[in-house]
Amino acid sequence: MDILTTLINGLSQGGVYAMIAIGYTMVYGIAKMLNFAHGDIIMVGGYTLLIFLNMTGNPLIAIAAAIVLCIVLGVVIEKVAYKPLRGASPLAVLITAIGVSYLLQSIAQITQGSNAKMVTFGDMGVLKFGELVIQTKTVVTLISTIVIMVALSIFIKYSKTGRAMIATSEDRAATQLMGINVNKIITITFAIGSALAALAGFFSLLETPQISSTFGAMPGIKAFTAAVIGGIGSIPGAMFGGILLGLIECFTAKVPAIAPYTGAIEFGILIIILLVKPSGILGKKRREKV
Amino acid sequence: MALLEVKDLEVYYGVIQALKGISFEVNKGEIVTLIGANGAGKTTTMQSIMGLIPAKAGSVTYNGQDITKMPGHKIVHLGMTQVPEGRHVFQELTVYENLIMGAYTQKDQKQVKRDIEEIYTRFPRLGERKNQIAGTLSGGEQQMLAMGRAMMCHPDLLMLDEPSMGLSPLLVDQVFDIIKDYHKQGTTILLVEQNAGKSLAVSDRAYVLENGRIVLSGTGEELLKSDEVKKAYLGG
Repeated sequence: MDILTTLINGLSQGGVYAMIAIGYTMVYGIAKMLNFAHGDIIMVGGYTLLIFLNMTGNPLIAIAAAIVLCIVLGVVIEKVAYKPLRGASPLAVLITAIGVSYLLQSIAQITQGSNAKMVTFGDMGVLKFGELVIQTKTVVTLISTIVIMVALSIFIKYSKTGRAMIATSEDRAATQLMGINVNKIITITFAIGSALAALAGFFSLLETPQISSTFGAMPGIKAFTAAVIGGIGSIPGAMFGGILLGLIECFTAKVPAIAPYTGAIEFGILIIILLVKPSGILGKKRREKV
Repeated sequence: MALLEVKDLEVYYGVIQALKGISFEVNKGEIVTLIGANGAGKTTTMQSIMGLIPAKAGSVTYNGQDITKMPGHKIVHLGMTQVPEGRHVFQELTVYENLIMGAYTQKDQKQVKRDIEEIYTRFPRLGERKNQIAGTLSGGEQQMLAMGRAMMCHPDLLMLDEPSMGLSPLLVDQVFDIIKDYHKQGTTILLVEQNAGKSLAVSDRAYVLENGRIVLSGTGEELLKSDEVKKAYLGG
Protein backbone atom coordinates (compact mmCIF):
# COMPACT_ATOMS: atom_id res chain seq x y z
CA MET A 1 0.00 0.00 0.00
CA ASP A 2 2.91 2.27 0.77
CA ILE A 3 4.20 1.75 -2.76
CA LEU A 4 0.82 2.71 -4.18
CA THR A 5 0.77 5.92 -2.11
CA THR A 6 4.27 6.79 -3.29
CA LEU A 7 3.24 6.03 -6.87
CA ILE A 8 0.28 8.41 -6.64
CA ASN A 9 2.41 11.09 -5.00
CA GLY A 10 5.02 10.65 -7.70
CA LEU A 11 2.51 10.87 -10.53
CA SER A 12 0.99 13.97 -8.98
CA GLN A 13 4.36 15.68 -8.53
CA GLY A 14 5.33 14.54 -12.01
CA GLY A 15 2.15 16.03 -13.43
CA VAL A 16 3.15 19.42 -12.06
CA TYR A 17 6.64 19.11 -13.55
CA ALA A 18 5.07 18.02 -16.82
CA MET A 19 2.88 21.13 -16.96
CA ILE A 20 5.92 23.37 -16.54
CA ALA A 21 7.96 21.26 -18.97
CA ILE A 22 5.22 21.62 -21.60
CA GLY A 23 5.66 25.39 -21.41
CA TYR A 24 9.40 25.06 -21.94
CA THR A 25 9.09 22.60 -24.75
CA MET A 26 6.31 24.43 -26.65
CA VAL A 27 8.20 27.70 -26.58
CA TYR A 28 11.37 25.93 -27.65
CA GLY A 29 9.61 24.11 -30.47
CA ILE A 30 7.74 27.11 -31.82
CA ALA A 31 9.86 30.16 -30.98
CA LYS A 32 13.15 28.19 -31.10
CA MET A 33 14.38 29.58 -27.81
CA LEU A 34 14.91 28.44 -24.23
CA ASN A 35 12.78 30.68 -22.06
CA PHE A 36 14.72 30.53 -18.80
CA ALA A 37 12.30 33.03 -17.28
CA HIS A 38 9.59 30.38 -17.49
CA GLY A 39 10.19 29.22 -13.90
CA ASP A 40 9.82 32.76 -12.62
CA ILE A 41 6.39 33.05 -14.21
CA ILE A 42 5.42 30.31 -11.75
CA MET A 43 6.70 32.51 -8.93
CA VAL A 44 4.75 35.53 -10.17
CA GLY A 45 1.69 33.30 -10.38
CA GLY A 46 2.30 32.17 -6.80
CA TYR A 47 2.52 35.72 -5.44
CA THR A 48 -0.58 36.70 -7.40
CA LEU A 49 -2.39 33.80 -5.76
CA LEU A 50 -1.22 34.96 -2.33
CA ILE A 51 -2.26 38.57 -2.91
CA PHE A 52 -5.68 37.75 -4.31
CA LEU A 53 -6.29 35.08 -1.70
CA ASN A 54 -5.65 37.65 1.04
CA MET A 55 -7.81 40.18 -0.76
CA THR A 56 -10.83 38.04 -1.65
CA GLY A 57 -10.44 34.86 0.39
CA ASN A 58 -11.67 32.97 -2.65
CA PRO A 59 -9.14 30.48 -4.08
CA LEU A 60 -10.93 30.27 -7.45
CA ILE A 61 -10.74 34.03 -7.97
CA ALA A 62 -7.09 33.91 -6.92
CA ILE A 63 -6.34 31.13 -9.44
CA ALA A 64 -8.14 32.99 -12.22
CA ALA A 65 -6.22 36.18 -11.40
CA ALA A 66 -2.91 34.29 -11.40
CA ILE A 67 -3.67 32.73 -14.79
CA VAL A 68 -4.68 36.06 -16.34
CA LEU A 69 -1.69 37.94 -14.94
CA CYS A 70 0.77 35.22 -16.01
CA ILE A 71 -0.66 35.17 -19.53
CA VAL A 72 -0.30 38.95 -19.79
CA LEU A 73 3.20 38.79 -18.34
CA GLY A 74 4.30 35.98 -20.67
CA VAL A 75 2.97 37.76 -23.74
CA VAL A 76 4.49 41.10 -22.72
CA ILE A 77 7.90 39.49 -22.05
CA GLU A 78 7.79 37.88 -25.48
CA LYS A 79 6.87 41.15 -27.22
CA VAL A 80 9.32 43.37 -25.34
CA ALA A 81 12.32 41.13 -24.70
CA TYR A 82 12.31 38.28 -27.22
CA LYS A 83 10.55 39.45 -30.37
CA PRO A 84 13.11 42.16 -31.17
CA LEU A 85 15.76 39.43 -31.05
CA ARG A 86 14.09 37.14 -33.56
CA GLY A 87 16.82 36.19 -35.98
CA ALA A 88 19.57 37.20 -33.53
CA SER A 89 22.12 34.65 -32.30
CA PRO A 90 20.64 32.04 -29.93
CA LEU A 91 23.17 33.09 -27.31
CA ALA A 92 21.80 36.66 -27.23
CA VAL A 93 18.27 35.32 -26.73
CA LEU A 94 19.44 32.92 -24.02
CA ILE A 95 21.20 35.68 -22.08
CA THR A 96 18.15 37.91 -22.43
CA ALA A 97 15.98 35.13 -21.01
CA ILE A 98 18.31 34.75 -18.03
CA GLY A 99 18.18 38.53 -17.59
CA VAL A 100 14.39 38.50 -17.58
CA SER A 101 14.51 35.72 -14.99
CA TYR A 102 16.66 37.79 -12.60
CA LEU A 103 14.55 40.87 -13.30
CA LEU A 104 11.37 39.07 -12.20
CA GLN A 105 13.06 37.65 -9.11
CA SER A 106 14.38 41.08 -8.13
CA ILE A 107 11.02 42.76 -8.62
CA ALA A 108 9.44 40.08 -6.43
CA GLN A 109 12.09 40.58 -3.75
CA ILE A 110 11.67 44.35 -3.76
CA THR A 111 7.88 44.34 -3.68
CA GLN A 112 7.24 41.23 -1.58
CA GLY A 113 10.29 41.15 0.66
CA SER A 114 12.97 38.50 0.85
CA ASN A 115 11.37 36.36 3.54
CA ALA A 116 9.29 33.38 2.56
CA LYS A 117 5.54 33.78 3.00
CA MET A 118 2.91 31.18 3.73
CA VAL A 119 0.10 30.54 1.27
CA THR A 120 -2.55 28.25 2.69
CA PHE A 121 -5.66 27.10 0.91
CA GLY A 122 -7.10 25.32 3.93
CA ASP A 123 -6.80 21.63 4.77
CA MET A 124 -8.46 19.41 2.21
CA GLY A 125 -8.15 16.32 4.38
CA VAL A 126 -7.41 12.79 3.24
CA LEU A 127 -9.12 10.21 1.10
CA LYS A 128 -9.31 6.58 2.23
CA PHE A 129 -9.65 3.66 -0.14
CA GLY A 130 -9.55 0.64 2.15
CA GLU A 131 -6.03 0.63 3.54
CA LEU A 132 -4.87 3.24 1.07
CA VAL A 133 -4.74 6.75 2.50
CA ILE A 134 -3.94 9.66 0.21
CA GLN A 135 -4.06 13.40 0.69
CA THR A 136 -7.04 14.89 -1.14
CA LYS A 137 -4.85 17.67 -2.59
CA THR A 138 -2.61 15.06 -4.21
CA VAL A 139 -5.57 13.47 -5.95
CA VAL A 140 -6.88 16.89 -7.00
CA THR A 141 -3.48 17.74 -8.49
CA LEU A 142 -3.20 14.40 -10.25
CA ILE A 143 -6.66 14.53 -11.81
CA SER A 144 -6.32 18.19 -12.78
CA THR A 145 -2.96 17.68 -14.49
CA ILE A 146 -4.31 14.68 -16.39
CA VAL A 147 -7.35 16.65 -17.57
CA ILE A 148 -5.19 19.63 -18.58
CA MET A 149 -2.71 17.47 -20.52
CA VAL A 150 -5.44 15.56 -22.35
CA ALA A 151 -7.23 18.81 -23.22
CA LEU A 152 -4.02 20.38 -24.47
CA SER A 153 -3.17 17.33 -26.58
CA ILE A 154 -6.62 17.42 -28.19
CA PHE A 155 -6.32 21.16 -28.79
CA ILE A 156 -2.91 20.78 -30.49
CA LYS A 157 -3.94 17.83 -32.63
CA TYR A 158 -7.40 18.88 -33.76
CA SER A 159 -7.80 22.65 -33.58
CA LYS A 160 -6.82 24.98 -36.40
CA THR A 161 -4.55 26.94 -34.07
CA GLY A 162 -3.02 23.77 -32.62
CA ARG A 163 -2.12 22.45 -36.05
CA ALA A 164 -0.72 25.85 -36.95
CA MET A 165 1.51 25.50 -33.88
CA ILE A 166 2.87 22.16 -35.08
CA ALA A 167 3.38 23.66 -38.54
CA THR A 168 5.21 26.68 -37.12
CA SER A 169 7.51 24.52 -35.02
CA GLU A 170 8.42 22.54 -38.09
CA ASP A 171 8.74 25.09 -40.85
CA ARG A 172 8.14 28.78 -40.23
CA ALA A 173 8.41 29.92 -43.86
CA ALA A 174 6.07 27.25 -45.20
CA THR A 175 3.61 28.09 -42.41
CA GLN A 176 3.53 31.71 -43.58
CA LEU A 177 2.77 30.48 -47.08
CA MET A 178 -0.46 28.99 -45.69
CA GLY A 179 -1.52 32.51 -44.71
CA ILE A 180 -0.75 31.93 -41.03
CA ASN A 181 0.58 34.80 -38.93
CA VAL A 182 3.53 33.14 -37.26
CA ASN A 183 3.99 35.97 -34.74
CA LYS A 184 0.44 35.43 -33.54
CA ILE A 185 1.09 31.70 -33.13
CA ILE A 186 4.20 32.47 -31.06
CA THR A 187 2.16 34.84 -28.87
CA ILE A 188 -0.47 32.14 -28.32
CA THR A 189 2.27 29.69 -27.40
CA PHE A 190 3.65 32.01 -24.75
CA ALA A 191 0.12 32.59 -23.45
CA ILE A 192 -0.57 28.85 -23.10
CA GLY A 193 2.82 28.18 -21.51
CA SER A 194 2.29 30.98 -18.99
CA ALA A 195 -1.21 29.82 -18.10
CA LEU A 196 0.19 26.35 -17.41
CA ALA A 197 2.94 27.93 -15.29
CA ALA A 198 0.33 29.76 -13.21
CA LEU A 199 -1.54 26.49 -12.62
CA ALA A 200 1.72 24.74 -11.78
CA GLY A 201 2.36 27.49 -9.23
CA PHE A 202 -0.98 26.78 -7.62
CA PHE A 203 -0.42 23.02 -7.45
CA SER A 204 3.09 23.52 -6.05
CA LEU A 205 1.74 25.79 -3.30
CA LEU A 206 -0.95 23.25 -2.54
CA GLU A 207 1.82 20.75 -1.82
CA THR A 208 4.34 23.10 -0.16
CA PRO A 209 2.56 26.27 1.00
CA GLN A 210 5.55 28.56 1.08
CA ILE A 211 6.65 31.17 -1.43
CA SER A 212 9.73 33.35 -1.93
CA SER A 213 11.29 35.09 -4.91
CA THR A 214 13.16 31.93 -5.92
CA PHE A 215 10.02 29.80 -5.68
CA GLY A 216 10.05 29.04 -9.41
CA ALA A 217 13.77 28.43 -9.83
CA MET A 218 13.99 24.76 -8.79
CA PRO A 219 10.73 23.58 -10.41
CA GLY A 220 11.86 25.51 -13.50
CA ILE A 221 15.19 23.70 -13.67
CA LYS A 222 13.56 20.34 -12.92
CA ALA A 223 10.98 20.90 -15.62
CA PHE A 224 13.64 21.97 -18.07
CA THR A 225 15.51 18.75 -17.26
CA ALA A 226 12.27 16.84 -17.80
CA ALA A 227 11.75 18.53 -21.17
CA VAL A 228 15.27 17.65 -22.31
CA ILE A 229 15.00 14.06 -21.06
CA GLY A 230 11.70 13.62 -22.90
CA GLY A 231 13.02 15.38 -26.00
CA ILE A 232 12.84 19.15 -26.13
CA GLY A 233 10.23 20.35 -28.59
CA SER A 234 8.06 17.28 -28.05
CA ILE A 235 4.92 17.70 -25.93
CA PRO A 236 4.48 13.96 -25.18
CA GLY A 237 8.19 14.01 -24.33
CA ALA A 238 7.69 16.80 -21.79
CA MET A 239 4.79 14.88 -20.19
CA PHE A 240 6.85 11.71 -20.06
CA GLY A 241 9.96 13.46 -18.71
CA GLY A 242 7.98 15.33 -16.07
CA ILE A 243 6.21 12.25 -14.78
CA LEU A 244 9.49 10.30 -14.81
CA LEU A 245 11.16 12.95 -12.64
CA GLY A 246 8.19 13.09 -10.26
CA LEU A 247 8.29 9.33 -9.79
CA ILE A 248 12.06 9.28 -9.27
CA GLU A 249 11.75 12.04 -6.71
CA CYS A 250 9.04 10.37 -4.66
CA PHE A 251 10.51 6.86 -4.80
CA THR A 252 14.09 7.87 -3.95
CA ALA A 253 12.75 9.90 -1.03
CA LYS A 254 11.38 6.65 0.42
CA VAL A 255 14.78 4.97 0.56
CA PRO A 256 16.83 6.62 3.32
CA ALA A 257 20.17 5.53 1.86
CA ILE A 258 19.67 7.35 -1.45
CA ALA A 259 17.18 10.04 -0.44
CA PRO A 260 19.84 12.77 -0.11
CA TYR A 261 20.95 12.08 -3.70
CA THR A 262 17.58 12.64 -5.39
CA GLY A 263 18.81 15.70 -7.29
CA ALA A 264 22.05 13.97 -8.24
CA ILE A 265 20.08 11.02 -9.64
CA GLU A 266 17.73 13.24 -11.65
CA PHE A 267 20.46 15.36 -13.18
CA GLY A 268 22.60 12.24 -13.63
CA ILE A 269 19.85 10.78 -15.81
CA LEU A 270 19.87 14.03 -17.79
CA ILE A 271 23.60 13.66 -18.43
CA ILE A 272 23.21 10.02 -19.47
CA ILE A 273 20.36 10.90 -21.85
CA LEU A 274 22.39 13.73 -23.35
CA LEU A 275 25.28 11.32 -23.92
CA VAL A 276 23.27 8.39 -25.25
CA LYS A 277 20.33 10.03 -27.02
CA PRO A 278 20.80 13.81 -27.22
CA SER A 279 17.44 14.30 -28.92
CA GLY A 280 15.72 12.92 -25.79
CA ILE A 281 13.67 9.78 -25.24
CA LEU A 282 10.68 10.80 -27.38
CA GLY A 283 12.47 13.50 -29.37
CA LYS A 284 12.82 13.21 -33.10
CA LYS A 285 16.08 13.63 -34.80
CA ARG A 286 15.47 16.50 -37.15
CA ARG A 287 16.83 16.13 -40.59
CA GLU A 288 19.28 18.84 -41.46
CA LYS A 289 17.71 21.19 -43.94
CA VAL A 290 19.74 22.00 -47.02
CA MET B 1 -2.78 45.99 -65.96
CA ALA B 2 -0.31 43.37 -64.86
CA LEU B 3 -1.45 41.04 -62.06
CA LEU B 4 2.05 41.02 -60.59
CA GLU B 5 4.56 43.71 -61.29
CA VAL B 6 8.12 43.59 -60.00
CA LYS B 7 10.08 46.80 -60.45
CA ASP B 8 13.81 47.36 -59.90
CA LEU B 9 13.85 44.80 -57.08
CA GLU B 10 17.09 44.65 -55.11
CA VAL B 11 17.80 42.11 -52.38
CA TYR B 12 20.90 41.71 -50.24
CA TYR B 13 22.13 38.87 -48.06
CA GLY B 14 24.29 40.84 -45.68
CA VAL B 15 26.65 42.74 -47.97
CA ILE B 16 26.18 40.41 -50.91
CA GLN B 17 23.72 41.67 -53.48
CA ALA B 18 21.61 38.77 -54.72
CA LEU B 19 19.21 40.76 -56.92
CA LYS B 20 20.60 43.74 -58.78
CA GLY B 21 17.40 45.51 -59.76
CA ILE B 22 15.13 43.16 -61.64
CA SER B 23 11.86 44.10 -63.30
CA PHE B 24 9.24 41.85 -64.82
CA GLU B 25 5.52 41.37 -64.89
CA VAL B 26 2.97 38.60 -64.95
CA ASN B 27 -0.37 39.29 -66.64
CA LYS B 28 -3.62 37.65 -65.63
CA GLY B 29 -4.01 34.23 -67.25
CA GLU B 30 -0.37 33.83 -68.25
CA ILE B 31 2.23 31.23 -67.49
CA VAL B 32 5.50 33.08 -66.97
CA THR B 33 8.81 31.38 -66.30
CA LEU B 34 12.04 32.59 -64.79
CA ILE B 35 14.91 30.41 -65.91
CA GLY B 36 18.48 30.62 -64.80
CA ALA B 37 21.36 28.64 -63.38
CA ASN B 38 21.91 27.83 -59.73
CA GLY B 39 22.57 31.00 -57.77
CA ALA B 40 21.12 33.31 -60.44
CA GLY B 41 18.58 34.62 -57.90
CA LYS B 42 15.43 32.76 -58.90
CA THR B 43 14.46 31.53 -55.45
CA THR B 44 15.47 34.87 -53.91
CA THR B 45 13.09 36.58 -56.32
CA MET B 46 10.24 34.26 -55.35
CA GLN B 47 10.87 34.63 -51.61
CA SER B 48 11.18 38.37 -51.87
CA ILE B 49 7.88 38.66 -53.74
CA MET B 50 6.24 36.58 -51.00
CA GLY B 51 7.65 38.82 -48.27
CA LEU B 52 9.86 36.08 -46.83
CA ILE B 53 13.05 38.06 -47.54
CA PRO B 54 12.95 41.86 -47.30
CA ALA B 55 13.68 43.93 -50.40
CA LYS B 56 16.25 46.67 -50.10
CA ALA B 57 14.94 48.67 -53.03
CA GLY B 58 12.30 48.44 -55.70
CA SER B 59 8.68 47.46 -55.48
CA VAL B 60 6.31 44.54 -55.88
CA THR B 61 2.74 45.30 -56.89
CA TYR B 62 -0.05 42.75 -56.87
CA ASN B 63 -3.41 43.62 -58.40
CA GLY B 64 -2.48 47.30 -58.18
CA GLN B 65 -1.60 47.04 -54.49
CA ASP B 66 1.93 47.65 -53.22
CA ILE B 67 2.97 44.50 -51.33
CA THR B 68 6.71 45.19 -51.08
CA LYS B 69 6.70 45.47 -47.30
CA MET B 70 3.73 43.24 -46.60
CA PRO B 71 4.35 40.15 -44.42
CA GLY B 72 4.00 36.83 -46.24
CA HIS B 73 0.90 35.60 -44.45
CA LYS B 74 -1.05 38.72 -45.48
CA ILE B 75 0.01 38.33 -49.09
CA VAL B 76 -1.52 34.84 -49.09
CA HIS B 77 -4.85 36.39 -48.06
CA LEU B 78 -4.70 38.54 -51.21
CA GLY B 79 -4.90 35.42 -53.35
CA MET B 80 -1.34 34.51 -54.15
CA THR B 81 0.78 31.69 -52.82
CA GLN B 82 3.84 29.65 -53.52
CA VAL B 83 4.98 26.06 -53.68
CA PRO B 84 8.44 26.51 -52.22
CA GLU B 85 11.61 24.93 -53.51
CA GLY B 86 12.12 21.56 -51.86
CA ARG B 87 8.35 21.15 -51.35
CA HIS B 88 8.32 21.93 -47.62
CA VAL B 89 5.34 19.78 -46.77
CA PHE B 90 4.78 19.52 -43.02
CA GLN B 91 6.65 16.30 -42.34
CA GLU B 92 5.02 15.57 -38.98
CA LEU B 93 1.45 16.16 -40.16
CA THR B 94 -0.61 13.68 -42.15
CA VAL B 95 -1.48 14.20 -45.81
CA TYR B 96 -4.98 15.26 -44.78
CA GLU B 97 -3.70 17.68 -42.15
CA ASN B 98 -1.30 19.22 -44.67
CA LEU B 99 -4.21 19.91 -47.00
CA ILE B 100 -6.23 21.38 -44.13
CA MET B 101 -3.31 23.71 -43.38
CA GLY B 102 -3.40 24.83 -47.00
CA ALA B 103 -7.02 25.86 -46.49
CA TYR B 104 -6.20 28.00 -43.46
CA THR B 105 -7.50 31.16 -45.14
CA GLN B 106 -10.74 29.50 -46.26
CA LYS B 107 -13.95 30.09 -44.32
CA ASP B 108 -16.32 27.68 -46.07
CA GLN B 109 -15.64 24.28 -44.49
CA LYS B 110 -17.92 22.43 -46.93
CA GLN B 111 -15.93 23.85 -49.83
CA VAL B 112 -12.72 22.74 -48.08
CA LYS B 113 -14.09 19.19 -47.90
CA ARG B 114 -14.96 19.29 -51.59
CA ASP B 115 -11.51 20.66 -52.45
CA ILE B 116 -9.83 17.86 -50.53
CA GLU B 117 -11.96 15.24 -52.31
CA GLU B 118 -11.01 16.83 -55.62
CA ILE B 119 -7.32 16.61 -54.75
CA TYR B 120 -7.74 12.94 -53.80
CA THR B 121 -9.36 12.34 -57.18
CA ARG B 122 -6.61 14.19 -59.00
CA PHE B 123 -3.85 12.50 -56.99
CA PRO B 124 -5.19 9.03 -56.06
CA ARG B 125 -1.91 8.26 -54.27
CA LEU B 126 -2.63 11.05 -51.79
CA GLY B 127 -6.13 9.73 -51.24
CA GLU B 128 -4.76 6.28 -50.46
CA ARG B 129 -2.31 7.81 -48.00
CA LYS B 130 -4.46 10.52 -46.46
CA ASN B 131 -3.74 9.42 -42.89
CA GLN B 132 -0.06 8.79 -43.49
CA ILE B 133 2.57 11.17 -42.06
CA ALA B 134 3.78 13.35 -44.94
CA GLY B 135 7.43 12.78 -44.06
CA THR B 136 7.07 9.14 -45.11
CA LEU B 137 5.88 9.96 -48.65
CA SER B 138 8.16 9.68 -51.67
CA GLY B 139 9.59 12.82 -53.25
CA GLY B 140 7.05 12.74 -56.06
CA GLU B 141 4.14 12.28 -53.67
CA GLN B 142 5.43 15.16 -51.54
CA GLN B 143 5.56 17.38 -54.63
CA MET B 144 1.96 16.46 -55.47
CA LEU B 145 0.98 17.17 -51.87
CA ALA B 146 2.75 20.55 -51.92
CA MET B 147 0.97 21.47 -55.16
CA GLY B 148 -2.39 20.27 -53.87
CA ARG B 149 -1.88 22.10 -50.58
CA ALA B 150 -1.12 25.36 -52.37
CA MET B 151 -4.32 25.07 -54.42
CA MET B 152 -6.40 24.68 -51.24
CA CYS B 153 -6.38 28.47 -50.77
CA HIS B 154 -7.74 29.06 -54.30
CA PRO B 155 -4.91 31.33 -55.43
CA ASP B 156 -5.31 33.64 -58.42
CA LEU B 157 -1.55 33.58 -58.80
CA LEU B 158 0.41 30.43 -58.03
CA MET B 159 4.19 30.58 -57.88
CA LEU B 160 6.09 27.32 -58.21
CA ASP B 161 9.76 27.16 -57.30
CA GLU B 162 11.57 24.29 -59.05
CA PRO B 163 8.63 21.88 -58.95
CA SER B 164 10.46 19.31 -61.07
CA MET B 165 13.60 19.23 -58.95
CA GLY B 166 14.78 15.75 -58.02
CA LEU B 167 11.92 13.95 -59.76
CA SER B 168 12.05 11.13 -62.31
CA PRO B 169 11.28 12.08 -65.95
CA LEU B 170 7.85 10.47 -65.70
CA LEU B 171 6.97 12.53 -62.64
CA VAL B 172 8.39 15.68 -64.23
CA ASP B 173 5.93 15.22 -67.09
CA GLN B 174 3.15 14.74 -64.58
CA VAL B 175 4.11 17.94 -62.73
CA PHE B 176 3.98 19.93 -65.96
CA ASP B 177 0.60 18.37 -66.81
CA ILE B 178 -0.73 19.56 -63.46
CA ILE B 179 0.64 23.05 -64.04
CA LYS B 180 -1.13 23.18 -67.42
CA ASP B 181 -4.27 21.89 -65.73
CA TYR B 182 -4.23 24.55 -63.01
CA HIS B 183 -3.65 27.14 -65.72
CA LYS B 184 -6.65 25.93 -67.68
CA GLN B 185 -8.77 26.36 -64.55
CA GLY B 186 -7.87 30.04 -64.60
CA THR B 187 -4.87 30.20 -62.28
CA THR B 188 -2.08 32.53 -63.34
CA ILE B 189 1.30 30.83 -62.97
CA LEU B 190 4.77 32.12 -62.21
CA LEU B 191 7.26 29.32 -62.59
CA VAL B 192 10.91 29.11 -61.63
CA GLU B 193 12.76 26.26 -63.26
CA GLN B 194 16.13 24.84 -64.12
CA ASN B 195 14.43 22.54 -66.58
CA ALA B 196 14.38 25.23 -69.25
CA GLY B 197 13.15 23.07 -72.12
CA LYS B 198 9.99 21.83 -70.45
CA SER B 199 9.15 25.10 -68.77
CA LEU B 200 9.64 27.28 -71.86
CA ALA B 201 7.42 24.90 -73.82
CA VAL B 202 4.46 25.59 -71.53
CA SER B 203 5.18 29.30 -70.98
CA ASP B 204 3.52 32.30 -72.57
CA ARG B 205 6.53 34.41 -71.70
CA ALA B 206 9.82 33.91 -69.96
CA TYR B 207 12.74 35.79 -68.46
CA VAL B 208 16.34 34.64 -68.17
CA LEU B 209 18.02 35.50 -64.92
CA GLU B 210 21.80 35.66 -64.61
CA ASN B 211 23.73 36.84 -61.54
CA GLY B 212 20.79 38.78 -60.17
CA ARG B 213 19.87 40.49 -63.43
CA ILE B 214 17.38 39.77 -66.17
CA VAL B 215 19.44 39.34 -69.32
CA LEU B 216 16.85 38.14 -71.77
CA SER B 217 13.10 38.00 -72.15
CA GLY B 218 10.56 36.96 -74.72
CA THR B 219 7.82 34.48 -75.44
CA GLY B 220 8.48 30.87 -74.49
CA GLU B 221 8.83 29.96 -78.13
CA GLU B 222 11.30 32.77 -78.89
CA LEU B 223 13.52 31.80 -76.01
CA LEU B 224 13.41 28.11 -76.94
CA LYS B 225 14.82 29.09 -80.34
CA SER B 226 17.32 31.62 -79.02
CA ASP B 227 20.94 30.58 -79.45
CA GLU B 228 21.98 31.98 -76.09
CA VAL B 229 19.34 30.00 -74.26
CA LYS B 230 20.09 26.87 -76.26
CA LYS B 231 23.76 27.15 -75.42
CA ALA B 232 23.41 27.94 -71.74
CA TYR B 233 20.32 26.01 -70.66
CA LEU B 234 19.33 23.44 -73.24
CA GLY B 235 22.66 21.69 -73.69
CA GLY B 236 23.65 23.11 -77.08
